[in-house]
Order: sequence, then C-alpha cells, then structure tokens
Amino acid sequence: MANDVALIAHLMRRAGFGASRAQLDELALKGYEAVVDDLVSPERFPELEEDVWKRYNLELSYTDSLPAHTGRWIYRMVNTERPLQEKMSLLWHQVFATAWYKGEHVPSIVRQIETFRRVGLSDIKTVLLELAKDPAMNYWLDNCENHKGEPNENWGRELLELFSMGVGHYSEDDIKNASRAFTGWTFTQPIPLYPFGSYDAEFLYVAEDHDSSDKTFLGETGNFNGEDIIDIIVKQPATAAFVCRHLYNFFVADEPQVPAWELEPPRDHEAMETLITAYFEHDGKIRPILKTLFNSDFFKQAQFKKVKSPAELVAGAIKLVGTYKFPEPNENIGMLSGATAVMGQQLMNPPTVEGWHTGHEWIDGGTLNERVNFAVNQLNDISKPGVKDIVARMSAEGDDDGKLAPEQFVEMSLELAGHVAVDDSTKAGLLRYAQAAGDLRFETEEDANDSAIHIGRMLQLIVSTREYQFA
Amino acid sequence: MPANGNGKDPVMVVVQLSGGNDFMHTLIPYNSPTYYDNRKLVKIEREDVLPINDDLAFNPNFRPVKEMFEDGKVAVVQGIGYPDSNRSHFRGMDIWHTCEPDKVVTEGWVGKTLRELDPRGEDELTGINFGVGLPRAMAVPGVPVTSVNDLDGYGLMTGIGEDEQRDQALQIFKDMYAQAIGTGPVMEYLSRTGMDVLRGADRLKAAPAQYSSSVEYGDSAIARSLRDIARVHTAGLGTRIFYTSHGGYDTHANENPTHPKLLQDLSGAIRDFFDDLSEHDAADNVAMLVFTEFGRRIKDNGSGTDHGSGGGAFIIGEPVNGGLYSEYPSLSPETWAKGEDLEHTIDFRGIYATMLEQWMGIDAPDIVNGHYEQITPFK
Repeated sequence: MANDVALIAHLMRRAGFGASRAQLDELALKGYEAVVDDLVSPERFPELEEDVWKRYNLELSYTDSLPAHTGRWIYRMVNTERPLQEKMSLLWHQVFATAWYKGEHVPSIVRQIETFRRVGLSDIKTVLLELAKDPAMNYWLDNCENHKGEPNENWGRELLELFSMGVGHYSEDDIKNASRAFTGWTFTQPIPLYPFGSYDAEFLYVAEDHDSSDKTFLGETGNFNGEDIIDIIVKQPATAAFVCRHLYNFFVADEPQVPAWELEPPRDHEAMETLITAYFEHDGKIRPILKTLFNSDFFKQAQFKKVKSPAELVAGAIKLVGTYKFPEPNENIGMLSGATAVMGQQLMNPPTVEGWHTGHEWIDGGTLNERVNFAVNQLNDISKPGVKDIVARMSAEGDDDGKLAPEQFVEMSLELAGHVAVDDSTKAGLLRYAQAAGDLRFETEEDANDSAIHIGRMLQLIVSTREYQFA
Repeated sequence: MPANGNGKDPVMVVVQLSGGNDFMHTLIPYNSPTYYDNRKLVKIEREDVLPINDDLAFNPNFRPVKEMFEDGKVAVVQGIGYPDSNRSHFRGMDIWHTCEPDKVVTEGWVGKTLRELDPRGEDELTGINFGVGLPRAMAVPGVPVTSVNDLDGYGLMTGIGEDEQRDQALQIFKDMYAQAIGTGPVMEYLSRTGMDVLRGADRLKAAPAQYSSSVEYGDSAIARSLRDIARVHTAGLGTRIFYTSHGGYDTHANENPTHPKLLQDLSGAIRDFFDDLSEHDAADNVAMLVFTEFGRRIKDNGSGTDHGSGGGAFIIGEPVNGGLYSEYPSLSPETWAKGEDLEHTIDFRGIYATMLEQWMGIDAPDIVNGHYEQITPFK
C-alpha cells in the first residue's frame, strides 16, 4: 500500500502538479492503471469553476494584464480536477515557445494556452494545425509577413526545426516550400488597445495571397497548402522520434537541451522505441501514447529523475499547503506569477522560440535561493490547511504513549510531504533536527502546539532539500 | 598580474542595456541632415542637444554622463558591433555573451574570465550578478557565480523570523547539501550551488551592514542595482566582476515617452555610483563597461525604431582616459548595412579584449575567441 501511494504520488507529480495525502489515499484505492485512465480522460471531470476567483481578482478582467493571466494559469494548475490537461498545456507552451514581449498582446497569448488546453491531448496533426492557425504564433514567427512571391521563412523553418522534426531531417528547399505552402495564413488585426482594452485576433486565410503553384516537400510534389504540409510532417519517423523525445523529456527524465538532440542520442533507446511504436500504432494520437508512457516500467522507475520547472515547484508547494483554493485577502494572483518569474520562468513569456533551458539549467545560485525561500515561506504558517492536515495525521499515528520518536517523525514527514525520497546525508540532517526536537507529544494543548511547530519546521527543511528540487 | 588598479585588484562592472539601445539617439549627429531626414519623430531638436564637438552631441537626458565625459572619465566606443549583425534580441545577446556569432555555445565570456581569476572555483563572490536569472555571459560549468536579486533580502530561509531558528535551519541545510560525492552530476551540481549560495549569502551580509553614504540614488531598478554593487564593492569582499542589466530598450513603439526615462535613470545611476565610490575612496580600481546588443534602425517607424546594428558602448571610471574612440558609423546611405542600418566600425570582441588585457590583466584571445582590434582607453 505504501508503495502504491508512493508510485501514485510520482504519477501525480508528473501528470499533474502533485496531490494531497487525502487525495493520494483515494487514488490508491482506485489502482494505478485506473488513475492513468482518468488522467488521460479529463472530460470525465468537471471544468474548473472560476467565477468566484474572478470576482475576487479583478485584474483578470483586464485583458492586457499578463501577470494576472499567468497567475490564473498557476491557480488552475493547483485547483484543476483535470491536471493532465494543464500539464499538457505547459508542455506545449515549452515546446512551441511563444512570448508576449514581441506583440505585447495578452489576449492572443492567453488564447494560445486555451488552445493547448483544448487540443493538447488530441493528436499531433490537430495540435500542429491549431498552432499554424494560432494568431499569437502567426505573429511571433512572422507568418503574417509570408506572402505569395515574398515568402518569409521564419514559421516554416521553426515548424520543422523546433516544432516537429528537428534539425537534420529536411533540406533548406523543404523549408522554402513549406513556407510557400503557408502563404496567405494570417490573422485579423485586433482593434487597438486604447480605449477599449485588448481584443482577440482571429485566424484569417487570404486566398489571393496564397502561392498555389506546385511545391516539393520531403519528396512529395503537389499544390500543397499548409494543411498538406502538416499531413506530410506527421507521417515522418523523424517527427515521431522528436515528439516522443519531448514527451520523454517532459514526463520521464531530463534529456539534454533540444539543440543538442541531433548530436546526443536519447538516454533510453528502448523507452523511445516503445513510444515511437505507440505513435505509429495510434496515428499520432496523444492519449494512447501517454497511457503507454505512464504504464511503462521506465516511467515508474524514474522517480525524482527530473528537475522541477518553476511552475511545477510553485504549484506543487501550494498544493502541499492547501492554499489558493478559495480567494483569501492575502492570496493574490500576481504573487503566483512573480514567484515563477524570479525562478527563471515567466509563463507566457519565454526568452526565445527555443523555449526555456530545462533540467538542471533551471538552477543557478539565484534561482535556487528563490526556490528554497519560496517553498520555505509557504510553510511558515502552520495554520494553513495542508499543514494542519499533516499535523493531524501525525498526531493520530503516535505510539501507545501517544508520542512519535525522531525516526518516525522524519519518515512520516517525508511521506506526508509527498513521499519525498532522500539520500542518507539529507536524512541525517533531518534526523538531527528531529532529535533536537525530541519525541513529539500531542496529549496536552501545549505539547500539541510545540509538536505542530516542529512539524512545520521539519516540512520547511524537507522542501529546502536538493531532492525536493526534483519531481 | 593586474595591469591596473592603483595597487588594488582591478574590478570590472558590466552594465547590459537589454533590448537594443538607440545609439544614434544617445550620441546624436546633430549637424547631419541624414539624422533629421530619417528621424521625423524620434529625434532631439538641434537647440536641445548637448554638443561635444561640431558633429556630435549627447541626448539631453544623458546629461550626467555627458558631464562625466567632460571630466574625462567616459570613453565612448562608437560603432561597436560585429559583421552581419543579428537582429534577434536573444541570438544577438547570445553572441555578445559568448563571442560566438556562428554557433550556439554554452560558455560565456565573463564566466571564462572568472575561471582565469579563480581557476579552482573557490570563491563564489569573484563574480556577482545583480538581477533575476544569470546572464549567459556568466555561465560556465564549474564556475561558481552568485546571483543576487535583492541584496537586503538575499540569503536562504530569510522567511524564518527568529534568528536562532533560522541559524539552526541553515546549519541543517548545510549538512544536507554538504555530501554529494557519487550521487550523480545533477545532485552534485545542486550540492555545490547550495553551498555557494550559503557561503555567498553569509559573506554578503557584511555589505549592507558596513555601508553608509551621503549619496542618494534615484528611484529606479538600475539605481538599486548599482547601489547594491557599490555596497558590495566597498565592503571589500574580493569581487572582481559585477554584472547587472537595465531593461526596456526595445523601443519599437512609443520611443519618445519611454527612452528619455531610460537614459535619465541610467545616467543618473552611473553618476551616483561613481560619486558613491569616490566618497569611499573606492573608485580608482573600477572600470565600467556599458553595452547593448545592437543599435536601432536609422529611420524611425513613426512611433519608435526597429532593430538595427552599429551600436555604442561606454567605458567609464577614474582610470579611464575619456574621449571618443573608434569612428562614428558612416551616415552615407551607400555604406549602410542591409541598406538601412548603421555599419559597425569596431568589433565588440576587441572591446572585451581591451577590458581584459588592458584593465583586468588577462589574456583575451581564448576568451573572446580570436584577435581583434583594441582601443586604448585607460590612463
């Protein structure tokens, strides 16, 4: 049972943003594979109710406030009953990195994330097609400047290099021809920001600006339009390998940064073969590939093999303490947005089209400092619901005399903080604290208070560990 | 051996203007019809500029630096850039950070310099970045660098209010991060980083504690960063390279309302910084390099200016022999890069080399990837 819970805790960290102990117990009763089924079937669960949240956070009504909308996204990560939907949105956001700073048009960026939420679990063809029609992407990579007779290759190039196949699997001519196929794919100009606020832009196909002469792309010739190009792309083995490597890198274990993929082979060939087989067996449908992934041994054995992104760290720590459920006066969305930004991940505003550098590159002296302090600060107040729950569970677990010895104190704290697996030196450090605290007692109110303070401090130490930086 | 610094170790402060500062609008060719023909909107009228000779004048919002220029403390590097300048901010900045225009590499020039200064990586304060996120320029695997967002709030577990409790938590943090041998490269990296943060924060505490000054800095992000640098420098913690960034220079739109404040904040902060150092008798071993990833388009776009090339850098400080260096980019249209950009007149890698060899006393070719023309801006 304990092992099941640990494994499901791992699954929920990867396919979601963590889970409370109560939720983990519930999920363990369902069984691992049933939980995977639920995760890849978000429509079984209700959509998140945001009305009250919006009423308490009026910034969300300003269509041009980026921090409000990035904060809202983290709020969703914390509270959604469809965690994999938000996780896939985050994955596609990292892969199809589109930033606010170029267009400075918040509605487009927000809408792109909504699109990922909507189609993120469908199939690669749908995802790429929606991406090609997405106004934020269209502007970000200049496809609006891609005209009949005057092609702009930015989108065509990145579609192949960064979004589907990876360098080395196509020629410069393929880029030119793909670009020509996307001529005329543009968007409607939104009305100006002032005085009415920002409004959406819509995809627009301008037939007279489309180059309808023949194109040769990856060996096939025809009067291709953009959709045909995507059809050809998704059948390529290179695309299957590239997409599956992204899934592995995001859900299983850190791979090198994407630009190094043409030079460095994947760390687990067998795992890649399994995923690629699933890709072709299911025509690029994402749910069955992910089901294969989550049910595989390579996934189950990869606990704590990935450095958490700032979004994962922030959402996970907040889930642990159980805040940001209902609007409280001291819980504002701007704080959520700023927290990941100072750790190096300003959502909806990645540094370049290559996205963030992930894995251990999330960590430097400055960002480690921010990560540790953020998590420690979340646990400063032992009256937060998540901490109270942990204290209650510990007080119920005392021995016959109602006390918890230091070793038990450490083990239970690690377990209740999300089955965090730590190495010996970390455990020794935690034990030193537990021994200084002495046996935890809960009989009298005074004892119970002291013990609660010690538990809070122990949890602070746990979230400051190296191991806690990993998912 | 240090080449300079009046007996003290030479110190370099790098200020990065992120977004691409409009050099043509900072040092203005105020007698050139080309300037006024192309700048219908983003311009300073002739009667408002601060002339330094018959051709060139500073933007009036840059007055503090202009006054330092008159005092002979500012070397203007005109026309700094590199061949076929990249107009992407990030690729452009990457090239400036790594000195490598043709391929993507992971080692930054400042990081490589720190490795020369502290080959065994023993001192986490040899290089300090002030701001959020380490610039690629400072990143080299195995080279410890400290990155401080807010000097007063810097340190681990600062949210634990009670000193005794916090000390205990820090001691356990240290124990937990200390042993990492054989735990794999990422865990080892985390251990080292954690220990560096711990030691660095411990030593940095001395800086705000010992500092007092009559200089009142302005209220801007760059002023806060430079004040933090002054506080750490005057604390004598052995830092040799300070790095900080000033953002917002990507003035495609609304340049007229936004650019003046950028120049005012920047130039005011630079003057206050050097006044502060002088007050502490700590200015003679400091040279500052101010750079940006590119200049902007010659012709304005009716609201701001788009990405261009041919920018400008500044080397500032007591040890500097002020004046104009290199040449102002040609204003004749036939010389323009891509038909619309100022062509650079000196390679930025030669300016890095100037800083490294003539100021820091470090061989430059391995750091800047080759041999480039230098200038001689030091006394």
